[in-house]
Amino acid sequence: MIISVASGKGGTGKTLVATSLALSLSDNYKVQLLDCDVEEPNANILLRLSINQSRPVYIPIPKVDETKCTYCGKCAEVCAYNAIAVLKRKVLVFPELCHGCGACCYLCPEAAITEEGREVGVVEMGNSGNLGLVQGKLAVGEAKAPPVIRKVKRYIDPANVVIIDVPPGTSCPVVEAVEGSDFCLLVTEPTPFGLNDLSLAVEVMKRLGISCGVVINRVGVGDREVEQYCHRERIPVLLRIPLERKIAILYSKGIPLVEGVPRWHGDFLKLFQDIKDIVAAKSVAK
Amino acid sequence: MKEIVVLSGKGGTGKTSIVASFASLARSKVLADCDVDAADLHLLLKPEVKEAKEFWSGQVAFIDKEKCTECGLCQELCRFGAIRDCQVNPISCEGCGFCYQVCPVNAIVMKDSMSGYSFISETKYGYLCHARLGIAQENSGKLVALVRQNAKLIAERENLDYIITDGSPGIGCPVISSLSGASLALLVTEPTLSGMHDLERVIGVCRHFGVPVLVCVNKYDLNEENTYRIESYCAKEGIEVAARISFDNVMTEAIVQGLPVVEYSNNKVTQQIKELWQIIPAKLKK
Repeated sequence: MIISVASGKGGTGKTLVATSLALSLSDNYKVQLLDCDVEEPNANILLRLSINQSRPVYIPIPKVDETKCTYCGKCAEVCAYNAIAVLKRKVLVFPELCHGCGACCYLCPEAAITEEGREVGVVEMGNSGNLGLVQGKLAVGEAKAPPVIRKVKRYIDPANVVIIDVPPGTSCPVVEAVEGSDFCLLVTEPTPFGLNDLSLAVEVMKRLGISCGVVINRVGVGDREVEQYCHRERIPVLLRIPLERKIAILYSKGIPLVEGVPRWHGDFLKLFQDIKDIVAAKSVAK
Repeated sequence: MKEIVVLSGKGGTGKTSIVASFASLARSKVLADCDVDAADLHLLLKPEVKEAKEFWSGQVAFIDKEKCTECGLCQELCRFGAIRDCQVNPISCEGCGFCYQVCPVNAIVMKDSMSGYSFISETKYGYLCHARLGIAQENSGKLVALVRQNAKLIAERENLDYIITDGSPGIGCPVISSLSGASLALLVTEPTLSGMHDLERVIGVCRHFGVPVLVCVNKYDLNEENTYRIESYCAKEGIEVAARISFDNVMTEAIVQGLPVVEYSNNKVTQQIKELWQIIPAKLKK
């Protein structure tokens, strides 16, 4: 079972939910938490697992052997990203523009192009008891998160309960992170910002055909619009977390909610049971 | 004309609330919302759209079933896993065109893709340049660049002093695109371990692109020990912490009312934001 925790809007409590869910389940299940918010990975700030493995993530970029190159210009012609330019007696490669598709290398008529790895980030792993963590970190100054996310997801073991901490937004890194999930939890807050970004995130899940449920965080301040939207769209609200200074302070210190306030443990177990029921009902319907 | 971009690394720290307040406080300015995949600034500024343009960017492969011989070469060569059973998944396709180049029977065409809209609007605070990236689309960086260009043209035409830009969370493509060449990055953080971790990474990105930095600690009294740690860290790094903003529900209440917080209330928080805005012009003259 793969459960994604996404939000649209940043800072609504994705990591709080993902870490508390993972910790609650790890008493009874083998759990893998994948931190796919590779621009700003925060899950391990709360989990504090020691990292015992680290693997660099490379994008293959072209390397031109100018002794073989005839400057025919084919590579530049096929590159959709303008990442390679051919001058009269020189080939220029712009590594930051390259997506690593491999077209230039494959199509070079002189076989003058090979590929070399350019490091764009790192994947780190740690574990403790039943809980394993895989986190991606995009290198500072790098623009493209999807290759790092793809690498993190290669470590998914389907025998585990897999929880994916998804980056905010609705664009390609989000899609890369949630694709293949059985269920997506959308964490929001009861404000017009929360509602606007929730409705965008719901559209993403519809496009991907992933069923979802909502967690409303910071209930107490704000309005009723998110509840009404979920009711209208028939999206189940599976958990409500109140706006409490105590919860915010725990988070500020990097203490997971279920550790700081153990009575939440049961709420997260129930959340998981509800998700399992929804996923099972969906597969029966299919 | 000076361009101030408001960033944070971590989402939900209060970027949009601060930008909306600056919209109300600054006199001669144009506003830009560069959080194109989860834009919220319009919810506070209530723009009247004057110009909406389709944003065409990148391409997506399409396989003509009539011509396809199901040889499988495209699927074998695609590095993005976008082709399965001789069909292209447009969400995974990165538009590199490798498949189009190699198809032995020319069964693949590349189609331009409409990835969203850009808008130029009027608000009671002046012009707002904003955009909406299509659901699950790529090229957010290019759309951000377009929003900035629109804002720059208006600022030049109207001879305005400031472009005030609301950025997106993270450190990847849209952030880099909103940052490069800006006059100043105002980094809004919060005294949580995650906020601090993410602040360090976004400072790294600003340095990488040579943009001067100013820090503001929102919700500083949620955890004063952490606030002190942020201030010591910044002092060590030679970065000025320009403001402390208190943790107060008026921030959320103003969002619910659809107003910049400085117009909704007049209390400690709004005073702190006003003082922050007063500091900024001096930082830009340096």
